This record gives sequence, C-alpha cells and structure tokens, in this order.
Amino acid sequence: MEPITDPGRLRELARQVRRDIVEMIYRAGSGHVGGSLSAADLLVTLFFGRLRHGNGHEPRDYFVLSKGHAAPALYAVLARLGHFPPEQLLTLRRFGSPLQGHPDSGWLAGVEVPTGSLGQGLSVANGLALAARLRGTGQRVYVLLGDGEVQEGQIWEAAMTAAHYRLGHLTAMLDRNRLQIDGRTREVMRLEPLADKWRAFGWQVQEVDGHDPAAILTGLRELEKDPERPGILLAHTVKGKGVSIFEDQVKFHGVAPTTEEYEQAMQELSAP
Amino acid sequence: MAGKVDSGGQASGVQKESTRVEYGKTLAELGGQNPDIVVLDADLSGSTQTSRFAQLYPERFFNVGIAEQDLMGTAAGLAVGGKIPFASTFAIFAAGRAWEQIRQTIAYGHLNVKIVASHGGLTVGEDGGSHQALEDLALMRVLPNMVVLVPADGPETRAMVRWAAAYDGPVYIRTSRLPFPVLFPPDHQFHLGQGTVLREGTDVTLAGIGLMVHFCLEAAARLQSEGLSARVLNLSCLKPLDWELVLESARRTGAMVSVEEHLVTGGLGSAISEVLTDMYPVPLERLGVKDIFGQSGKPEELLRHYGLTPADIVAAAHRALRRKQAR
Repeated sequence: MEPITDPGRLRELARQVRRDIVEMIYRAGSGHVGGSLSAADLLVTLFFGRLRHGNGHEPRDYFVLSKGHAAPALYAVLARLGHFPPEQLLTLRRFGSPLQGHPDSGWLAGVEVPTGSLGQGLSVANGLALAARLRGTGQRVYVLLGDGEVQEGQIWEAAMTAAHYRLGHLTAMLDRNRLQIDGRTREVMRLEPLADKWRAFGWQVQEVDGHDPAAILTGLRELEKDPERPGILLAHTVKGKGVSIFEDQVKFHGVAPTTEEYEQAMQELSAP
Repeated sequence: MAGKVDSGGQASGVQKESTRVEYGKTLAELGGQNPDIVVLDADLSGSTQTSRFAQLYPERFFNVGIAEQDLMGTAAGLAVGGKIPFASTFAIFAAGRAWEQIRQTIAYGHLNVKIVASHGGLTVGEDGGSHQALEDLALMRVLPNMVVLVPADGPETRAMVRWAAAYDGPVYIRTSRLPFPVLFPPDHQFHLGQGTVLREGTDVTLAGIGLMVHFCLEAAARLQSEGLSARVLNLSCLKPLDWELVLESARRTGAMVSVEEHLVTGGLGSAISEVLTDMYPVPLERLGVKDIFGQSGKPEELLRHYGLTPADIVAAAHRALRRKQAR
C-alpha cells in the first residue's frame, strides 16, 4: 500500500472511521466512544500515512494499542485496511465476535498483543523494538498511549528502559485528551509538566495538534530522525472529537450514545 | 517411571545441586545453541544466575533494573517479535508484583515467555517473610494457558529448562536458593503433564514438589522401618497435573500426603484434592504453611517450625493411615 499523506484524504478517512466508531458503539450498546474519537486522526494518519505494512520489499512495522479501550478506532482502521470485512465491525463486543471489547490477538489477526489493562503497552513495544534490533529487520515500533494511562507506574519503568536501550526506532503517540473516567486529568491526578517529564526521561518530544494529519505526519517524521532516542508525539486532542455533544464531556468516556445522540452524531459526521 | 533412588538420606557425601545454578548453566548452554533465546532480569542476575548467560551473550541479555512489571511486558514484546525470552527475578516479585502483567499479556496472549523465578519457598531463610514466596504456585496455577513447574533437583531443572525452550507457550518454573540432593540421573528427561514414581508402595502415597520430594523419600524410608509401605511421587509438573497418576495412587494406596514449601492452599495440596474430590476421594493430609507468613531464620529452623520435615511427613502419613482405617 502506498502511504497516503494528503491531509484532505486522511481527514476524509478519519471522518469515515469516526462514523464507524459511533455506529459500532451504538449497535453494541457499550464501548468507549470519547477516547476512540479522540484517537481517530492519530490512528488513521499512522496506519495510512506512516506505518509500513510489509508489502513488497519494505519491512512490517509493529503497532501496540496500549490504551486498549480505543479498540473501536483500531478495528475501524483495520477493516478499512482490509484485515476483515467492514460488515464485521457491527459485531463489536458480541458473543463470539473477534472484535472483543478490548483488542485480543487470540481473536483477531492484526492485533499484536492483548491490551486493556492500562500501562502495559509501552513495555511490550520496547520488547518488540529490542527483538527488531536483534533481528536487524529495520522494523519500527509504534504505540498509542492514553493520557490518563501514564498515571500507571509501569509507563515510567518502560520510559526508562526505552531511553536506556536507545530505542530510536520506537515512537509513542500520547492521546492528550485531558479527560479520564473520574474527571479532568488535572483534577484526578495532575500530569503536567508532561513534555518535561518525557524529556527528563531521555525522550524526544514533539507537541502537535492531534487532529491535524499534516502536523501528525511532520511530528512523526521529526521523531524518526534520531536513531538513538525514542520519541513521543504529544498529541493535543479533544475527547469525543467530531461530535459536538460528545466533545470534552467526561460522560462519554465509556457510555454508548442514545438513539437521539446517535442520530445527531451521524448527521454531524456525514459527508461535507 | 520408577527412579533408582530409594532414600536420598542425610548421609554425608550426598550429592547436591542448586536448581537456580543449574538453571543458569543450562540457559548459558542453550544460548549457544539457539540464537533466538534472550534473557531478562530485574537487577537480580547474580541471585537468579542469569548472569552466566549475560557474560556470554551480553547483546541478548536485558537488565531492566528494579522494575518487574516492565520486565514481564518487555519479555512479552520480545516473544511477539519472535524471540524466546527467559525472564527471571525472585519468585515473590515475578508471581506477586507482576502477576497482572503476566495475566494480561503473557497468559491471556499465550505468549512464548518463560518465567524462571528463584528463591521460592521458606528456604530463602534469613531474608524473612517479605522475600519467601509461599503464594507463587497458587498465583500461577490459576492462570489459564500457564504451565507451572517445580524441579526436584538439578537434573530435573536442566531437563525442564531445555524442554521449556522448545515448548511454544508461557511457562513458570520455580527454583530455590538452597542446593537440593540429586535424585535423578544426569540424562533425566522432562515430559509435560507427567509425574514420576520414585518409590513403589501400597499403604500410603507421599506426593511432593521441590525439596519436599527428597523429604518424602526420607519419610518413606522411616515408614519402611515401621513396616509401612509408602509410594513416593514427584509431581514437579504442577500444571498440567498428572491426574491419572494421582488417581492411580489413590486407588492403589487409599491414603495420601501432599508436601510443599508453599501455603497449604492453592498449590500442590489443592491440586491433588481437586483430583480426589472430582474422581476418587481418599484421606489426604496436606502439609504446607498454614495461612501464615514466613519469618527470618535458617532454612532448617523454618522447615521445622512450619512442619515440613521428614518427621512431619511420617506423622502426616500416620494420620492419613488412621483416617483410611477408620473408613
């Protein structure tokens, strides 16, 4: 697959992915709509514009969804990449569906490792990066973290490990949507100064608008220049992005929309 | 398979080997045979003996520092990336501190990670209750997909580690600080899901894991001098347990004793009692630490205090036999 780098096309793909997300969660009756919508542009831009899928002579890069509750966003992207038929998206969270509530490699090819319990994906990404280096395959490793998630201590264990082992071929994206289940991150457990924390741990940091595909691509390319230091894309996002009634609302962390909310959402996400 | 050993005995000159040292040596050997083997430790490589591998293959050894959660996650990633990671630390930190990391990623993901945890049980000794893992086998046994192994001596450790390197899936192996008497021949082989009969007997079955296997043999010799015939089992493959051997032993002897350097709940005694309850109930005396933490002391003092000596096994066999006769 040729990478798509045109911001307009990436925005259009993200719009379709957002529709999928709302449709899936509405039909399932549960799921994490806010954090899936906030991560939609990051995932679309990474998977369509940057991550190498191993076709032809290029290596296959790895991706770990550390914030596993954004599974609907990942599933929508994987379906559009042809991993499974798009109709299957509507089986999200149903008994027997490969689209488990949180991503599970045992159920769905295209998922590298099961996630869902927060704070663990960065360690796994480090292990993948070490394996890629040992094998000399030139593979890169990408991982998506939530902002509330970095309250987990293991994240900082892994942050040290990545810098210590000079994992320059590892890139983290942090979905900084500023909300977590119990409220605003600054009220539940303050994260700032977040960029300084990562820099202090030996990482490169690029701060970008996490809904701007061009900025995301530029940030990723910048981080990939240094072969010695891991990089983190500190992506400023809005939880529930794309649907006015979901945006920046604590309530829409893990609640499915009502029929009325669903109809309004699909209208707002309809073709321009 | 009946072993040659009748009684390990406490005679002077009995050959001893440390399960953790044999792990370290075997790992170093395997490192030369299979370039996909990688080793991780969390700042205890001298104690867990992974330093032997680290010295030979530094590019395949990863010390993550004092960070057991990261240890398990990094090992998981290496496994997904096609490597065969062996991750080591003390048993209490591996099975205890990083339990949920093992559950979420390694067990749930059925990843090819080998967790070889040293310093299991009371014989950790002087470091005290904080460091004596008495819960690790229970914690690992409840995880779907996990294989749980406790070697009885050096040759069995070597066989298990070689087997684990060739097996595709998660494995937990508990090693110990103290050297154990050698029970098996040097070319001993390990087979998943198979226990071994180390001594035939008809009155009572003594089933042990780890150092307690040797103690069971000692107890059997003492029982013989009293005219009682004890069958001795090494159930080193705790999960999947050789339930057929347990069942056959229950039918043959009608009374059992389980012995483990572990809490009396959740480990070997529980595993055996599950088989007996489901299939063929006979009197079972479970020896282990009873809902209490360990403490500092010499290993032999602790084993005596917590009732895990050959004499305690003999007394438990008598209790089991009395219950059998009363039926």
